[in-house]
Amino acid sequence: MEPIFETEGTCLRILLPGEVDHPVSDKIRRESDRIMGKLYIKTIVFDFSRTTFMDSSGIGLIMGRYRALGMRGDCIRAIHVSSHIDKLLHLSGVHKFMEIRTDAEIIGE
Amino acid sequence: MENTNEMTIIFDSRPVNEGLARIAVASFCTQLNPTLEEVADLKTAVSEAVTNCIIHGYEGKVHKIKVECRLNGQELTVDITDEGIGIPDVEKAMEPLFTTKPETDRSGMGFTFMEAFMDEVSVESKVGCGTTVHMKKIIRR
Repeated sequence: MEPIFETEGTCLRILLPGEVDHPVSDKIRRESDRIMGKLYIKTIVFDFSRTTFMDSSGIGLIMGRYRALGMRGDCIRAIHVSSHIDKLLHLSGVHKFMEIRTDAEIIGE
Repeated sequence: MENTNEMTIIFDSRPVNEGLARIAVASFCTQLNPTLEEVADLKTAVSEAVTNCIIHGYEGKVHKIKVECRLNGQELTVDITDEGIGIPDVEKAMEPLFTTKPETDRSGMGFTFMEAFMDEVSVESKVGCGTTVHMKKIIRR
C-alpha cells in the first residue's frame, strides 16, 4: 500500500498507508518535502483511514512537517484517526498543535 | 500445566525487517489470545526497539539483530539485542523527546512508547558492545 499525495489550493492531503513505520515515514517525508519545495503549502492533512499501525516514526514525521510549516496554529490536521493512533498522538503530545478528527472529511477550507 | 514457549529470530538490521519483527512477535503472542489493542501496543513497542537498533545501534550499517520471546503463563517477555555502538547515558536516552538525530525527524518518543505499551522495560547497554532492551507484557485475559 503506497501513500497518496493530493493538493488542493494550499492544502496537502496525505493518505497514509496501512503501516506507518520508519521506512514509510522516511519516504513520506521526502515526497512531502519535494511537494512543499514546488508548491506553497499552508496546511497538511494526514488521513489515517487506511492506517492500522504506527510507531514513533510517524510522530517524528508529523513533528517535522509542523516545523516545516513554520509551527503555525492549525497547520496540521489528522482525520479518520483510530483509537490506537489517537493514543500515540496524545502520548507524544503532538495533539496540542493539531486538530484531530475521528471521522469527518475536512479537506481545504 | 504451565504454559511456556520460546522463539528466537535473528535478522539483518535493514528497515524492511522492522515489519517482519513486529509481525513475528505479534503472531507468537496470539496463543495468549490478546485483544487487538494489546497486539497493536506490542507491535509498536517492538517496532520502536528494532528501529533503535537500526538507526542508533548500527547507525544504518547492516549487522544482526536478535529478538528473543518467551511465554510463561500469560506473561510475554521480549528481549531485543544489537551489537552496535551502545548508549552512553541510558537514563537520558529514555527521556521523552530526547533524540540524537532530530535532523532526520526522529521524534525522541521511542522509549516513551515502549514504556507506555509494555508492563516493564529495562535497558542494558555498554558503549562499543551493544544494547539489549528487555520488555515484559502481561496479556490480561
